[in-house]
Amino acid sequence: MSKETMEYDVVIVGGGPSGLSTAIKLKQLDSNLNVCLLEKASEIGAHILSGNVFETRALDELIPNWKELNSPIKTRVSKEKFLFLSKSKSFSWPTWLLPSVQQNHNNYIISLANLCRWLAEQAEKLGVEIFPGFPASEILYNEDGSVRGVATQDMGIDKEGNKKESFEPGIELLGKVTVFAEGCRGHLGKQLIRKFELDKGKDPQQYGIGFKEIWEIDEKNYEEGLVMHTAGWPLDNNTYGGSFMYHAENKQVFLGYVIGLDYKNPHLSPFDEFQRFKTHPAIKKIIEGGKRISYGARALIEGGYQSLPKMFMPGALLIGCDAGTLNMPKIKGSHTAMKSGIIAAETINEHLNSQKELSTFEEKFKNSWLYEELFKARNVKPSFSWGLILGIIFTGIDQILFRGKLPFTLKHKHADHETLKPANEMPKIEYPKPDNIITFDKTSSVYLTGTNHTDNQPVHLQLKDPNLPISYTLDKFDEPAQRYCPAGVYEIQKENNVNKFVINSQNCIHCKTCDIKEPSQNINWVTPEGGGGPKYGNM
Amino acid sequence: MSVLLIVEHNNKEVKPFTFNAISAASQINEDVNVLVLGYNSDTVAKSISECPNVKKVIHINNELYENYLAENYSSVIIKLSEGYSHIICSANTFGKNLMPRIAALLDVSQVSDITKVISEDTFIRPIYAGNAFATVKSNDKIKCITIRPTSFDPAPSSGGSAEIQNGEPGDATELSKFIKKEEIKSDRPELGTARVVVSGGRGMQSGENFKLITAVADKLNAAIGASRAAVDAGYITNDHQVGQTGKVVVPDLYIAVGISGAIQHLAGMKESKVIVAINKDGEAPIFSVADYGLEADLFDALPKFLEELNKLNTIQK
Amino acid sequence: MKILVAVKRVIDYNVQIRVKEDGSGIVTDNVKMSTNPPDDNAIEEAVKIKEAGKATEVVAISVGEEKAQETVRKALAVGADRGILVKAEGTVEPLAVSKILQKIVEKEKPDLVFMGKQAIDDDCNQTGQMLAALLNWPQATFASKIKVKEKSLEVTREIDEGLETIEVNVPAIVTCDLRLNEPRYASLPNIMKAKKKQIEQINASDLGIDTKPRIDQIKVEEPPKRKAGIKVASVEELVQKLKNEAKVI
Repeated sequence: MSKETMEYDVVIVGGGPSGLSTAIKLKQLDSNLNVCLLEKASEIGAHILSGNVFETRALDELIPNWKELNSPIKTRVSKEKFLFLSKSKSFSWPTWLLPSVQQNHNNYIISLANLCRWLAEQAEKLGVEIFPGFPASEILYNEDGSVRGVATQDMGIDKEGNKKESFEPGIELLGKVTVFAEGCRGHLGKQLIRKFELDKGKDPQQYGIGFKEIWEIDEKNYEEGLVMHTAGWPLDNNTYGGSFMYHAENKQVFLGYVIGLDYKNPHLSPFDEFQRFKTHPAIKKIIEGGKRISYGARALIEGGYQSLPKMFMPGALLIGCDAGTLNMPKIKGSHTAMKSGIIAAETINEHLNSQKELSTFEEKFKNSWLYEELFKARNVKPSFSWGLILGIIFTGIDQILFRGKLPFTLKHKHADHETLKPANEMPKIEYPKPDNIITFDKTSSVYLTGTNHTDNQPVHLQLKDPNLPISYTLDKFDEPAQRYCPAGVYEIQKENNVNKFVINSQNCIHCKTCDIKEPSQNINWVTPEGGGGPKYGNM
Repeated sequence: MSVLLIVEHNNKEVKPFTFNAISAASQINEDVNVLVLGYNSDTVAKSISECPNVKKVIHINNELYENYLAENYSSVIIKLSEGYSHIICSANTFGKNLMPRIAALLDVSQVSDITKVISEDTFIRPIYAGNAFATVKSNDKIKCITIRPTSFDPAPSSGGSAEIQNGEPGDATELSKFIKKEEIKSDRPELGTARVVVSGGRGMQSGENFKLITAVADKLNAAIGASRAAVDAGYITNDHQVGQTGKVVVPDLYIAVGISGAIQHLAGMKESKVIVAINKDGEAPIFSVADYGLEADLFDALPKFLEELNKLNTIQK
Repeated sequence: MKILVAVKRVIDYNVQIRVKEDGSGIVTDNVKMSTNPPDDNAIEEAVKIKEAGKATEVVAISVGEEKAQETVRKALAVGADRGILVKAEGTVEPLAVSKILQKIVEKEKPDLVFMGKQAIDDDCNQTGQMLAALLNWPQATFASKIKVKEKSLEVTREIDEGLETIEVNVPAIVTCDLRLNEPRYASLPNIMKAKKKQIEQINASDLGIDTKPRIDQIKVEEPPKRKAGIKVASVEELVQKLKNEAKVI
């Protein structure tokens, strides 16, 4: 049965900062364009998770009068701290010795989810058609191989793949240009990169997993506008990562942890590292007496300039972190994602109205501050492959003395799924039991995400080889999916004394870590039925 | 200041939740009058008059009330309501159907499903499926209240001898008519209303092993429940699922076997009066809500449990 | 035949609700809202009856703040023909909602009014029954099956003991159980069409209805945390405790 089709000038996949910026800019440039935007979450913002200390540069360009439009950008950064943690002590690093990219006094502490909701309102006012709850599940191509649009997921399919009574077929959305803005490790973006060899000549992409909890804390520990980062404990010198703690409005603190997915020890559990981190005296004293109200996790881009794929292809553009525009040393990706969206809109407008090629994106990008930013930042992350100490020393030289202008580019050598060492060669890690006050187990954490996937639908975490987890990965790596998944989706269960790999797909919070870190790339994350996944509030 | 309580019955016997409602009514005011609307229902009036908390029984015996229809019930209750400060019944499907119809006719904002009486006008009631409790104060002259039966112990059913007064029927309504009632006849009580529930989780390891659960459930006349994990693993059908997305159960005794206690599951059973957890992982979250925890391999513990039950002379049904 | 379906905007059932620190209510900022689940079943049933050629128009109505429009819009996307939003701020108790609906029924003159059996926020389970009383119409609550006849409905109700079947004369009120049907998905083209359908906006005060709550909400608290019990050493001990201490077997 052929699907119903709907035609647009521009189809945008993903309602995050880059896709929404593209939509807004397009309508600003030409209000006659027909623009639609698809979002897999049940509403805009429900799958957005980010720190977030926001630099307004791109927003200033996009909506210069944002201050007058009741935007959710309110808490100006008032104070900054950077701490090195040892097991029980903390050492404050003077802020004047921080590279300028890590100085935040002009920035704001925001909820990116709320910013996206607000951007969506602006876009709708301009006439953009936004469809939450509709994942784009498939790329459509023209006969000449160019991108023709996307198809949305069929709804009402049971777990065996049969149509249920409520079956509702997907729709083909055809665009003169399709913009892919799915965020880090988008499942269509991944296909495009492969098909059009967009990453040819680039280093393998690097990722991290970021956790975030929102705490409502005691008045006496609360300092609105305070931004604090830490490095060091509980991670060892060889594992890349660190924490953030932002004192946002209403006595809320955004507390998070990021760990590079190039870690080597399969026994490492990013979730438990984060939980353990909170027991450090310097952290515990702030959240003690408070209450955790939200939890979530999401993979993020760390590869930067060296790993950034080509962002244009026939009929389509790949933007934001679907390509990988995050600035790692700045720990910020929202303003860069937005800027890539603005450039995309400018490119598309000229393409549709003046017949210019989409490849002009490249030139516009190279002439933008976005390119300059990413170029200057390029050597920071790879230098940490030498360990935390050398990484910091190098970063000091690179970022403070040379301001990113050293005449060479360090390489990312391995993809993250290649870095795990066999389990028997690496030390086991004993994590403390949760106390249910400061630290929690995965189940009660996942409950806070509000995630759900309708019963009786196909499992959206597909195994290329269903036997591999038990026959190979369990033996060699002690099946690390049990630990890297921040939502407890993967379990090894003994059934009549036979090991079985269990996928609790209803728990999935769409972070994509499994798709990235699985050592044999055996797990393929695909879109579940629309509206499934977490229901984040102000994450 | 007296309370009028509507008796739920089937013309032969009083439905047990009525006694729970009576005990809540007594906490509001001791002058509890009860209303029996029925047909050939003398035994009902007689039996409720023996409840020592009841001060007066009003019995209206008429064909109109052979079957319970809210339309017929409410019109006569309105007539009788004068002089009463509270009208009460249990918050099961009987009371939920009836009370709002009475309240609206009296222009009263009803207080539904209370779990605690604070004073004659102030009550606690669960909202958001029991995830929060609201303390509310009713300001209406007559207070229409439904009682969550499982939150109140039943009043004694014997020892009293209240006066039985016959009353006049109300007007007949032609609005609706009763056709039939199909009581679900299963040897096993229904999950939603069972006094005892025995649930299995993924620790059961197979559908076949659920026969261990079934054996214990048979002995205790219990319903069989399951965690979502067990349902997803295909051990048992999803109509047994207890939890946030399954059934919410409030039995007197809930026995969780091989269930780790995912919060979604806990949400569906944590209000149970007595919770037993049998699990070999001593750190499983289920133990945090269990009144009695047994850290043991369920494949040893369940057969032994059955054996011990068999040794008992009597088992409550 | 014309069917009016009442729908309510509530906190999405997947969201774990949070009690406000000062005990004044539930946190609703930054919280995903959705249609009250059994209201989806009510809309579905009405649309099915229309599709079967037994109804001519399905009108969706909601009472609440401006944003409740989204809930009406959702109903339009799954097949309602027209929408009405009666605007009222703050908590509107079921008694006030039923009075508002009574006014709308007098104006719209539907033959049937459907709604969910209970809202998952206040868990009152009152509005349908109250509306039936105010209109002096019959009520069929907790419906899990509806058969449309000439001038009546045969409704199967989910009751504690099992199932009960009653016949109600039309006009009638039906409150719907989750088991009544499986609500359809809103398809993308239908969502587009729904954007163009009309939603009439009326102020509750213009209907002459006072929506001020009659019940004082004194405080809202989290449920008491259950105290951890004891670990027993053996099955024998467990059975003894259940028998003699807890007295449940």
